[in-house]
Amino acid sequence: MVKKDVLIIGGGPAGLAAAVKLKKLGVESILILERENHLGGILRQCIHDGFGLTRFKEALSGPEYAARFVAEVQAMDIAYETSTTVLEITADKKVTAVSQKGLQEYQAKAIILTTGCRERTRGAISIPGTRPAGVYTAGVAQAYVNLKNIMVGKRIIILGSGDIGLIMARRMTLEGAKVEAVLEILPYPSGLPRNIEQCLNDYNIPLFLSHTVTDIKGKARLEGVTVSQVDEQFKPIPGTERDYACDTLILSVGLIPENELALMAGVELDSRTKGAIVDENYQTNIEGIFAAGNALHVHDLVDYVSLEAENLAEAVAEYLRQGSLPPCPILIETDSLIGYTVPQKISGLKDFQLSLRVKKPFQNCSIQISQNGELLKAKKMRKALPAEMIQIKVIKSDFLTNEIANLRISVANS
Amino acid sequence: MENLTRNFICILCPNSCEITASFNNDGILRNIDGFSCQKGAEYVQQEIYNPRRNIATSVKVTGGELPLVSVRLTKAIPKEKIFEVMTEIKKVTLQAPVSLGDVIISNVLGLGADVIATKDVPRI
Repeated sequence: MVKKDVLIIGGGPAGLAAAVKLKKLGVESILILERENHLGGILRQCIHDGFGLTRFKEALSGPEYAARFVAEVQAMDIAYETSTTVLEITADKKVTAVSQKGLQEYQAKAIILTTGCRERTRGAISIPGTRPAGVYTAGVAQAYVNLKNIMVGKRIIILGSGDIGLIMARRMTLEGAKVEAVLEILPYPSGLPRNIEQCLNDYNIPLFLSHTVTDIKGKARLEGVTVSQVDEQFKPIPGTERDYACDTLILSVGLIPENELALMAGVELDSRTKGAIVDENYQTNIEGIFAAGNALHVHDLVDYVSLEAENLAEAVAEYLRQGSLPPCPILIETDSLIGYTVPQKISGLKDFQLSLRVKKPFQNCSIQISQNGELLKAKKMRKALPAEMIQIKVIKSDFLTNEIANLRISVANS
Repeated sequence: MENLTRNFICILCPNSCEITASFNNDGILRNIDGFSCQKGAEYVQQEIYNPRRNIATSVKVTGGELPLVSVRLTKAIPKEKIFEVMTEIKKVTLQAPVSLGDVIISNVLGLGADVIATKDVPRI
C-alpha cells in the first residue's frame, strides 16, 4: 500500500493545474494517475487554437496549452503514472489502480477527481434506423483524424451544434470532406457564437436550428439520414422530412461528467450538472474527496478549468493542514431559468467563485444573488447564453449576516 | 439617406462580441460599435478589408510515437489562401522526433506566417 497526501485521478487540464498549484502551496506528496499513455487529457486531440486567451493572453492550440502545464509538472518533479487505470476508490480514500506493473493500492489523505467527461452517444438520444458504420461521436471522430491519421468520411452530417461538433465541421472541411449541414434540435445554437462564425459561416456550412435526425439508413456503411424539423416539444413535424445522402454522421449532442469512480465512494451527484455536489472548497459530500473540471460540470473554456482546479488546490492544501474544512450549511438555490450553479453549498465564511449557466438565451439581463429576500449582488449582462458559463466572484462582505440562510440565484430582464 | 450596416461576431475571444460596422453611401466605413476591447475594433476593420484566419491541422510523421504532429500558423493568413496553405502542408512528411515549436514550413507561400509544430512527437 503506497501512502500519498493527495492522489489526483486524471492528468488532463484540471488534474495538472491542481497538481502544480498544490506543489506551489507546499504539498509534496502528490501522485497523478492517468489512464492514457500521456498527460494532457482531451487537449491532446484539440489541435485548433483559441486556448489560453484568459490565462496566457495568447491563442494556443490544445496540445500547447497542455504542454505548459506538463512542463511545470515535470520541472517541479511531481510524480505521475500514465497508462494506469483507477478501478476503485473508497470513502476512506483507498485507491486501486491497474497498469502494466500490475495491481497498485494507494492510501490517500485527499483524492481529487479530475476524470473529465464523456460524450453522449446515439443510444442516449435514441435515433431510429439501422446500425451501420459511419456514426461517430465528435470526440471520437476528432481522435481518429487528429491522433490516428484516419479520415472518418467524405460526406458528412453533424447532429448537434456543441463546440466540438462545430470544430469538427471545420476540421473535416479542411481535410477535404464535404460537410452538408449541422443540425440542432434547440431553437438556438449550443456552441459559442465565435465557433458558429469561424467554423460554419467561414466555410458556408448551413446550420439548421430546430432540426434533428429522424432516420439512419445503410447496411454496412451509412448511406443517408432523414432530417426533420421539430416543434417546441422537440417532436418531429410530419411532412418536414428531408433526405441527405452521407457516409458519416457526427454526433455532438452533449457531454456528461465522468463519475463512475465517484459513485463507488458514495459521492452524491447533482442531477443538473451530472457531477458531484460540492461546496465552495470543491469538496464532495465525502470528506477528503474533491472534484473539479469537466468531471464536476462541463466547461466551455479550458482556462476556467485550470482556474477552478487551482481554487480547489488551495482548499485541499487547507484541508491537509487543518485535517478538515468548515461545514457548509448554506445552500445555493436557483430559480427555474438558471440551469445550475457550482458550488451548490457554502459556509458563508469566505469569498467564493460562483459558476452558473442560464437555461435559455437572454439579452440585457441581470443575474441576481439574494438572501432572505434581499438582493446582495447583481451582475448585469448584455447577453447570457446557455453555451457560455457565467462566473461571479462572491465576496464575504456581500453577505447580509452570519446567519444560516440559503442564497437564491435568479435571472431577471432589465 | 440609407444607413448601411454590417454585423460581425468577433472570433478573437470567447466573449464573441457582436459588433456593428456602419458605412456611408459611398461604402466608406463610418463607425464601428459594440466591441468591448480595441482588438475587436481592429478585427472588424480587418474583416471588412482583408479577412484573415489562423489554421490548425496536422502533418504526417514517420518513426514517431504518433503518426501525426499537430501544427498551426504563427499568424493569420488571408482567408482565401486557407486551402492553398492546406495543400502545402499536406505535401510534408516529417521524420520523428518532432518538437513543439519546430518550424515545419517557414513563410508558407510567402504569406509571412510559419507552420509550427504544437506537440512533441518522440521517436519510438
